[in-house]
Amino acid sequence: MLLSVENVTRVFGTNRAVDNVSFALDRPVFLGIIGRSGAGKSTLLRMINRLTDASAGRILFEGTDVLALKGAAARAWQSQCAMIFQQFNLVPRLDVVSNVLHGTLNRRSTLATVFSLWPRADIHRAIDILERLGIAEQAPKRAEALSGGQQQRVAIARALMQDPKVILADEPIASLDPMNAQVVMDTLRRIHDEDGRTVIANLHTLDTARRYCDRVIGMRAGRIVFDGTPEQLTTGVARDIYGADASFSEHATSTAIEDLPDRAAAYA
Amino acid sequence: MAEITGSGPAGGVGNVRADYLALVRRRRIYSGLLLVVFVLLFVGGFRIVEDRNAGGLLNGLPQILDYPAGLLSEAWARRDRLPGHIATHFRALLETVNIALVSTLLGSLAGTVLALFSTRGLAPWPRLIPLFRRLSDLFRAVPEIVIALVLIFVLGGGPVPAMIAIAIHTAGAQGKLFSEVNENADLRPVEGLASVGAAWSQRMWLGIFPQVLPNYFSYGLLRLEVNVRASAILGFVGAGGIGYELRNAMTWGPGRFDEAASVFLLLFVTIVVVDQISSSTRAHLTGGRRP
Repeated sequence: MLLSVENVTRVFGTNRAVDNVSFALDRPVFLGIIGRSGAGKSTLLRMINRLTDASAGRILFEGTDVLALKGAAARAWQSQCAMIFQQFNLVPRLDVVSNVLHGTLNRRSTLATVFSLWPRADIHRAIDILERLGIAEQAPKRAEALSGGQQQRVAIARALMQDPKVILADEPIASLDPMNAQVVMDTLRRIHDEDGRTVIANLHTLDTARRYCDRVIGMRAGRIVFDGTPEQLTTGVARDIYGADASFSEHATSTAIEDLPDRAAAYA
Repeated sequence: MAEITGSGPAGGVGNVRADYLALVRRRRIYSGLLLVVFVLLFVGGFRIVEDRNAGGLLNGLPQILDYPAGLLSEAWARRDRLPGHIATHFRALLETVNIALVSTLLGSLAGTVLALFSTRGLAPWPRLIPLFRRLSDLFRAVPEIVIALVLIFVLGGGPVPAMIAIAIHTAGAQGKLFSEVNENADLRPVEGLASVGAAWSQRMWLGIFPQVLPNYFSYGLLRLEVNVRASAILGFVGAGGIGYELRNAMTWGPGRFDEAASVFLLLFVTIVVVDQISSSTRAHLTGGRRP
C-alpha cells in the first residue's frame, strides 16, 4: 500500500473538523477531494503534510506512520510530500529562482541559507523546472511581480524541486481565472502522468474534479461520504456531498470556458 | 528581459541560466563586501572606544561585580531588617506604579489620536500627515528625564511632572507604533462604511478600532512595563516614587545597603509581576485571533 489513511480525526474545540476518515491508495493516482467549505478538506491535507497535528488515527506512507514522526524525521517527510496552497504562499520579496530553490531547504544548513549559498547544480535544476512549466523567462523577477497563475506555477516548481513522492494541492486554482486555472491543472496532471507522482488535490469545482481526477473523494462535515471514479460522480451524488436540494445546478456557477449546451451534452 | 524572450527556445534556457548565475555572483560579492565592512567597523570601533576609555574594558571586567557583592553581603548580614524596609518603601512603590499607569493611559490615548492623524489612508487631513509624524517624532526624541527636569523646575518636585514627562514620551512612542498597526489594517470595512455615508469618526470607531484594538492593548501593556522602569528612574531627579528612595539609600553608601537592597528587591518584583501579567495577557490577545 502506497498511502493509507486510517481513522484519522482532528478535533478543534468541540468541532470535529475531520471525523474518522479512512482511505488508501495502492499506486500513484490523481486523487481529487471535493466538498463544501469547512468540510475538512484542507485540514486533511494539512495533517498529511504535518502542518496540523491529528487528534487520532494513523497515516501510513510506504509502511511508516508519518503522524508519529517528530523533529527532523517529520521535516524529512514534509520534503517528500510537497504542498501547494490556494494563496501560493511564496516569499513575495525574493526572486522566482530563490523561491524554487526553497524546495531544497530540508537538505541545506541554516548558515548556507542565510548567505544564499545554493549549489550551481540546484540553480540549474530550478531553472530547468521553470522552463518545463513555461515560466523560465520570469526567473530573476520578484515573486510578487508575477500574476496569480504564474505564481502558482512557481509554487508548483518549488514543489517539484523537492522531488516529492506526493504532491498535495489545497484549492490550487481557487484564486485563479479560468485560463490560468486550466494551465495549472494541466500542469499538475502532466506531473502525475510524466513523473508518476501521486497528486492529491482539494477542488471546489465539480467539472475540474471530473476532468482531471482518476478517483474522487467527497467529504461532508468531516466525513467521507463518497469515494469513487469521476463517472460515478453524478449530479445526485454531488447534491448529496454538498447537502444541496434539487435547485442546485453546478452549471449555474461553472467556470468552464465552453458554453453551456456543449457541456450539458457532454455530461448528459 | 527583451533579449531572453527574443532568442529562440533552444538558447532561452542557456541565457536564463547564465544571466541568473551572473546575478547570483554579483549578489554574493555584495554580501561578502558588506560582511567585511561590518567586521572592520566593529573591530575598529571597539579599538577606538578601548583607547579613549580611562580604564579599559578588560581591566574593568573583574571589578564589575564589586558593588553588587558589597550590596548583597551587607543586605544578607542584616536580612532581619528587610521586611521593615519593604513595608516603609511600599507606599513609594505604589506612587511609582501609579505614575506609570496614569501616564501610559494618557499617553496611549494621545498616541491613538496622533496615529490616526498620521496614517496614510486614514488621516482626515492627509496634507497634515508629515506635521503629525514630526510631532510624534519630537515627543519621542526628547528623553523623559529632560522633560521631567524642565517641569520640576517649573512645577516643583513630585509625581505630577514625572507623569506629564512620561505621558509625552509615551504619546510619541505609541503614535509611531499605533500608526504602524493602522497601516496593516484592512481598509475594505472603512470603504464599506464610507459607502453608507458614515463620518470619519464613525468609520474609525467601527471600521478600524475593532481590527487594531488588540494590538493597541498589547503595545499599551508593553509600554506599561517600560514606564514602570522610567518612573522609577525619574525618582532619581526628584520626581518622587521609589526612585527617590533608592537614590537616598544609595547616596548614603555602605551602612545603608540593606535599605538599597530592599528597594531593588521591590523594584525587581514589581517589574517581574508587570512583565508576567502583560506577557500572558498579550499572548492571550494575539492567540485569540487565530483563524
